[in-house]
Amino acid sequence: MNTLLIVAGKELREATRNRWVVATTLLMAALALTLSFLGSIPTGTVGVGPVEVTIVSLSSLTIFLLPLIALLLSFDAVVGEIDRGTMTLLLSYPVARWQLLLGKFLGHAAVIALATVVGYGAAGVALAMGNTAIGPESWRAFASMIGSSVMLGAAFTALGYLASTIVRDRGTAAGIAVAVWLGFVLLYDMALLGILASGSGLGVEALNWLLLANPADAYRLFNLTGFKGVSAFAGTAGLAAHVQLSVPLLLAVMAGWIAAPLALAAALFSRKQI
Amino acid sequence: MTDFTAEVQGVTKRYGETEAVRGVDLTLAPGECVAMVGHNGAGKSSLIKLMLGLTTPTEGRIRVLGGDPASAACSHIRRQIGFLPENVAFHPNMTGRETLDFYARLKGAPRRGNDALFEKVGLEPAAIKRRVSTYSKGMRQRLALAQSLLGGPKLLFLDEPTTGLDPALRQSFYAIVAELRDQGTTILLCSHALTELEGQADRVVVMNRGRKVADGSLATLRSLAQLPVRIRLTLPTDDIDALAARVGEGAALTRLAGGVVELACANDDKVGLVRRITCDGPTVADIEIVQPSLDEMYAHFLRREAAE
Repeated sequence: MNTLLIVAGKELREATRNRWVVATTLLMAALALTLSFLGSIPTGTVGVGPVEVTIVSLSSLTIFLLPLIALLLSFDAVVGEIDRGTMTLLLSYPVARWQLLLGKFLGHAAVIALATVVGYGAAGVALAMGNTAIGPESWRAFASMIGSSVMLGAAFTALGYLASTIVRDRGTAAGIAVAVWLGFVLLYDMALLGILASGSGLGVEALNWLLLANPADAYRLFNLTGFKGVSAFAGTAGLAAHVQLSVPLLLAVMAGWIAAPLALAAALFSRKQI
Repeated sequence: MTDFTAEVQGVTKRYGETEAVRGVDLTLAPGECVAMVGHNGAGKSSLIKLMLGLTTPTEGRIRVLGGDPASAACSHIRRQIGFLPENVAFHPNMTGRETLDFYARLKGAPRRGNDALFEKVGLEPAAIKRRVSTYSKGMRQRLALAQSLLGGPKLLFLDEPTTGLDPALRQSFYAIVAELRDQGTTILLCSHALTELEGQADRVVVMNRGRKVADGSLATLRSLAQLPVRIRLTLPTDDIDALAARVGEGAALTRLAGGVVELACANDDKVGLVRRITCDGPTVADIEIVQPSLDEMYAHFLRREAAE
């Protein structure tokens, strides 16, 4: 346990030095603030709170942005250290390989968590200082959005680690990271839409499973259908009625998307010849 | 039960088709400084990685400090091992102090001793506060040496430790190595710079294409190699014929630049030859006896290996 924290702490400190933390946090805060200000303009008579508007727009943006940041941060984690020669030295220390991998992951996940919580939290503060009264239900939805965003980031960080462990050179790892992003974030939904539109008679059951097979979709469903106020505005109320995926199930799936790639990466890493 | 710090028995390591290490036997005793020499790709680094437990042997058995270095319960073994890798790299954005602190924590070594370590390897207090990315090659190497000495290791692997060091630093580096050896630390040193190993190593192991081709003290290797000793004479006159007549059949004579004549003879003939030349021969202005260097012996063993 101690070793994990030592490795994670070092990773976090390095990320701070690299300005990764600062840059990511600023980016997140800038986007979140812009969206929350935009979101608070047209409301008032529509009956939708500014928080709900912000959640819909922000979570839609998060799906594109956060996986990209997470993958950029993590694709180099293992293969880069092997390439630079720091890995050989690290492994000659009394550290198990899984400890090293998990420790580094915790450090990177902490970077994502920090950036998301501070960045989106800033938007929350801005909303709270606005004129409109905001109910506790809205705040719960907002907090859930931040929490699930951290999970989404962690899931793609884990996928980045897997890419970084499988291959032998950094270029390939970067390529895989881009492919993962394109596949899960852009192409997957298009393909799904295509299948549905072609009228292939895909059942609701099958659709549910296909949505769970993608962490980005699990995140989208969690945020857009999990809370009534949000789903009414997001235009997904109809979908929410049909999709029989409960909130705990969606959370469990996202947790699985963190644990499974990480476990696979750890297994591969411990067999890897350095 | 053996007293050896490390024991390698019939170890072979294959990476796919290529054999990096082929049937190597090697033992390292406490308080011994062993030099391992060989070309790039001779299997030196592969052997060290095997002994560190970073890779596992395809065949054979390795025991380090009484255990298997690649086993799951190797933490207590690794805590007693220091390692200075070839082309050492550190995380560039950490300062020297942070780097050593990090490695000390990983090794479970008290961080109190870090200042003493910095002093020992000659890193200035001003340099310790700077980031590693600003370090020169020499400073990086000093930091690398400092981390390898963390926790007072019983076994020290130094892979090309003096590349990029200036001569003064090399001296202080070997002083540290000698001090450790006297304290009972086993040291395995890999190097290309063979000349500087003379007088440092108790034993020399010559590696070639994954095989151990020679193993013994410098004197043993010398007598095994039977390389000629060279006697260099500076003559005041150009009277080489008289000298050649006196030298006789036992030695080969070559002329070098600057009026220097070199005689090559077997080690056993050396004393007699010098007596014949100096006692009643032509006047000699200067005399120099050159023993075969480690470089030459190394080349000899490789030639012999190639001939077989």
